[in-house]
Amino acid sequence: MKSAFRRQSWILAVPVIVLLLWTVVYPNVAVIAGSFENGLGHWREFANSPADREALWTSIVISVASVFASLAVGLPLAFLLGRFEFPGRRLLRAVATLPAALPPLVGVIAFLFLYGESGVITRAIQRAFGMAEAPWRLQGIGAIVFVHAYTMYVYVFLFVSAGLERFDATLDEAASGLGASTLQRLRRVTLPLLMPAVLGSMLLVFMNSLGSFSAPYIFGGGLRVLSTQILASKTNGAMGLAYVETTVLALSAVAGLALFRWLDRKRRYTLASKGGRSRRVIRSRKIQIFMTVASAFLVIMLVLPHLMVILVSFARDGVWTTQVLPPEYTLENYRRLFSEAELWRPITNSVSMALIATAANLVVCFIAGYLIVFRRFRGRGLLELLVALPWAIPATAIALGLAATFSRNDLLTGRVLLVGTFWILPLAYFIRDIPLVASAVESSLRQMDASLEDAARGLGASWLMTMRRVILPAARPGLVAGGLLAAVTAVGEFVASVVLYTHSNRPISMEILAQLRALAFGTAAAYSVLLILLVLLMAVAARSFEERLA
Amino acid sequence: MTGAPQARNESSSGKSGSLALNGVTRRFGDFTAVDNISIEVGRGELLALVGASGSGKTTTLRIAAGYEAPDTGTVTLGGEDITRVPPERRGFGMVFQHYALFPHMPVEQNVAFGLEARGVGKTERLEKARAALASVGLEGAGGRPIQSLSGGEQQRVALARALVIEPRALLLDEPLSNLDPTLRQAMRDDLRAMLRRVGVPALFVTHDQEDAFAIADRIALLKNGKLLQSGTPEDLYHAPASREVAAFIGRGSIVPAVDKGNIATVTIGGVARDLGVTRPSGATSPVANAFVVLRPDALEMARGASVLAWKGKITNRRFAGGLVVYRIQLADGITVDVESPSSAAHEDDNVSVSPLKGPFPLVPG
Repeated sequence: MKSAFRRQSWILAVPVIVLLLWTVVYPNVAVIAGSFENGLGHWREFANSPADREALWTSIVISVASVFASLAVGLPLAFLLGRFEFPGRRLLRAVATLPAALPPLVGVIAFLFLYGESGVITRAIQRAFGMAEAPWRLQGIGAIVFVHAYTMYVYVFLFVSAGLERFDATLDEAASGLGASTLQRLRRVTLPLLMPAVLGSMLLVFMNSLGSFSAPYIFGGGLRVLSTQILASKTNGAMGLAYVETTVLALSAVAGLALFRWLDRKRRYTLASKGGRSRRVIRSRKIQIFMTVASAFLVIMLVLPHLMVILVSFARDGVWTTQVLPPEYTLENYRRLFSEAELWRPITNSVSMALIATAANLVVCFIAGYLIVFRRFRGRGLLELLVALPWAIPATAIALGLAATFSRNDLLTGRVLLVGTFWILPLAYFIRDIPLVASAVESSLRQMDASLEDAARGLGASWLMTMRRVILPAARPGLVAGGLLAAVTAVGEFVASVVLYTHSNRPISMEILAQLRALAFGTAAAYSVLLILLVLLMAVAARSFEERLA
Repeated sequence: MTGAPQARNESSSGKSGSLALNGVTRRFGDFTAVDNISIEVGRGELLALVGASGSGKTTTLRIAAGYEAPDTGTVTLGGEDITRVPPERRGFGMVFQHYALFPHMPVEQNVAFGLEARGVGKTERLEKARAALASVGLEGAGGRPIQSLSGGEQQRVALARALVIEPRALLLDEPLSNLDPTLRQAMRDDLRAMLRRVGVPALFVTHDQEDAFAIADRIALLKNGKLLQSGTPEDLYHAPASREVAAFIGRGSIVPAVDKGNIATVTIGGVARDLGVTRPSGATSPVANAFVVLRPDALEMARGASVLAWKGKITNRRFAGGLVVYRIQLADGITVDVESPSSAAHEDDNVSVSPLKGPFPLVPG
């Protein structure tokens, strides 16, 4: 019985492990190997290139600055909304996570429409004060960090809010009963206990900023960061240098991960949920008024990018030049998207590629999650590492690895020609979303009592029946949530796409970029609105699916 | 920060220092959690707030601690009104139900936290923390992480943490409810000894009347936010103020009776017996709708029928050490427990039950 069980674990595990070694590990090995293809030549080239040294430095500066900017916004907001009651709180809470609903590239172009040199806010201020030139330029490190803070503060906000919700209110009461002032309690009790949540969100922001492509690509000006350098080297055909840059980028990410692990090393406790505390009602009239004004300002800041994209999507292309707001409005942009085959193509591309990638994620991650949670076999640790690995590798590096590996047919070295075909992008999306789906499935399965599987089989159920009637239902919430997240990220994916796309399988994000380059702002915005609607549609579909089954 | 040390000086400067709640009421929306409650705890006295869940005992404790403000009524310490003084400036020691130990600090930092908040230097506060740990029997545990402690050890750390600040009063929320039964017995004795040694007013909340009887000098029994009765454990046991109090204290059956002043007549299955009674203080006599409490140790049982006794049948027999407790179904749907030194009777035996020794507690219905 026991050995049959073990054999079965292996029958399931071997194909999954081989698939992951081939698609996740092998491409990275190919990149590293490629960086040494002429000894240390490419590495010397990298070290001697002022542009690359600047790119590495800038990448790190932007990532660190984005982490602190996100903390500066997310931390106070989480405390304010979690601990205090004031006029406007509910509205602010409702829109606080809105930036996360913007696909990365859409957020960037919304900022361009708002705060760019010819953006609405920029021009309005220029007009209002009669300035000869724009009051600022949306360029360089400052601009990139600004956009990052807007889109990524949500991680800090969500993590810290969840931490505050789980926070055992009696700990705070115990501290105050022992004589600790508000400030002492914050410093000695609240913040130390929230540290794991804070560090976790800082790590997320760091990793996302390091791999960020859209903001540096569009606002960079002359600025170089590693992710854009990689694409530039690849476009110039300097593959060896691109491999070195990719390796350096991946190493920076791993170093960041190790640093945060080290900072979080002392944690031995978890926050137990024991009922939240009630929010303190702000009674002072002056502070109330201030809070109302401040929340109104924040709500506007948070909603404006969305509104702007919607507004511009109705603007007639080519006539918005020096006016503050687009002068003419039309339904033409949408009509063309739906009627012209060439313009409709990116939408079907994105949807089908996202669905294919997500379906593959669901199958592979369900098996992997089941093995990781319920089976004890040698190789389990390896499997766990493999499903988490893509998370530590920036998307640009994943894409370059695929470009290096699947560029020709050579079965002896495990290579298949996928670059230039439709299938390369679904593969890239699949790899990027493995950690997301796997961790969702794992956390669902961990809530299931492990003895249920034994109980089912003890009652005479076959392995397949046990899977279908016991394990699959337990994994379902994770599969639905993970699948939704995977589909949403895949349908708006930009970073890996920009490295690997071809004209025939171009996704929505690449078309948005192309329209932007052609100064067809209205069309680009219409695509963006469609993308947001697609994301909403998927969320609604996932919810109704879950409700129908539950 | 500065309030608490000052407060300590006051309490050691010889004021009587008793803790009192005076006509305290607290509502949450339409729900009245605490309804006009007045209690006073003297120095060195131990008062137990007893009641079922939802009776308002925890809210009362939180009002005493300053975590809740009463809608009406005042809280005083040694005559000084502290109703609006925030918890951090009351200088009370509180032990929470789940102990609320800081999970990110080792034991000694937990214990020293109150001293740290008062600006006591590091060497001094760690020294005091170690002494406090020793006083609860945890010498040398200072460096251990909280997660490595057993429930009983956590409780002792929580107690040391509350004691090390030399509190002006001690408040304990269900201090024994998270301990297993054996440990609980031992902790009752320890807790009482420690609280007496500290010599400040001590207020503790429990839902278990056995804990209250074992530890408290006085008991305040709460129901639906109202104070039903307060007094010594003996008062509550021998002279419960109402049927509700008698029912909560348990041990015995409450049966209808006719109040005739010093005696009351209990009729079961047509057999009337006159019993000597005690009545709650202040109750007017005679009580119209009266009941008496028949405790297992105040009844005796004989096998077979007897003309002057209540007839019944044994439904359950439980061996309890030196005695056997029989549950006996009498007429009129009344069931009583009787303690008997004899183990000769068995289930389904017909027996007769008579009152053995009075006086029996008489309560209004």
